[in-house]
Amino acid sequence: MAIKTEAVGKEWPATTYEVGKEKIGEYARVLGIENPVHFDREAAKAAGYRDVVAPPMFCVTYSAPALGPAMFDPEVAMNFAAMVHGGQEFVWGEPACSGDEITTRAKCLEIYEKDGKGFYVFETVSTNQDGAEVVRGTWTNIVRGV
Amino acid sequence: MAELSAGEKIPELKVTPDKYLPHRYAGASGDFNPIHIDPEFAKAVGLPNTILHGLYMMGLTARAAAEAAGGDPRSLRRLSVQFRGMGAPETEIVVSGEVKSVEDGRATIDVVASQGENQTIRNAEAEVEL
Repeated sequence: MAIKTEAVGKEWPATTYEVGKEKIGEYARVLGIENPVHFDREAAKAAGYRDVVAPPMFCVTYSAPALGPAMFDPEVAMNFAAMVHGGQEFVWGEPACSGDEITTRAKCLEIYEKDGKGFYVFETVSTNQDGAEVVRGTWTNIVRGV
Repeated sequence: MAELSAGEKIPELKVTPDKYLPHRYAGASGDFNPIHIDPEFAKAVGLPNTILHGLYMMGLTARAAAEAAGGDPRSLRRLSVQFRGMGAPETEIVVSGEVKSVEDGRATIDVVASQGENQTIRNAEAEVEL
């Protein structure tokens, strides 16, 4: 069966996420990160941040909600039963701090077939309340047996 | 400011996630896919047991790279990974890496996350600002 590629270039509605101090602390603790800039406002300010700052990979928490509708879109038609998260890239810009309002937009970059597998590549771009880019993610999902 | 030079190994990060770590990661990240938290569901879809979130292991990779650059979260500028083997809870994860190049105050580090012989994250590349 030929892979459907009509969703390439499609964009989905943006989602907005307000970053909270305790959520940053929760995420940092799960990863075992002890740097006080993730827990203590004064320590974060002393290090030059506006407020408690998120570890870089906290970006998953605020950017993934934008991707949900893209992954489940019938036009994308991804077979979840045979899907694995194959690869991931993030490029960071401005740090994400407590109180930031981050807007994320998802787009389908590529859908292609290679060696009997389907590759579905999505991009998320997250910007803060000042319009500055916070992170750009490239999410590669691989479906076996397309 | 951290000093890194090409060919140098970064300090290894060793973490053994406990049985309930995937539950805490699910809560922190919002990813409640049952393959990570429900053994019965995981087995029903053909997995040996619950598996770790790939993005949790990527988070450890990010932590190791940022710590090698001095620990400031701003130092990590880019991280690209491929997920390969599945990760299991209650098994030690070792994140290791080697500095590939240093140019204009930025180091590129090749990183791997493994559980024994099983490389769960490979071909990972981190760019850190020094």
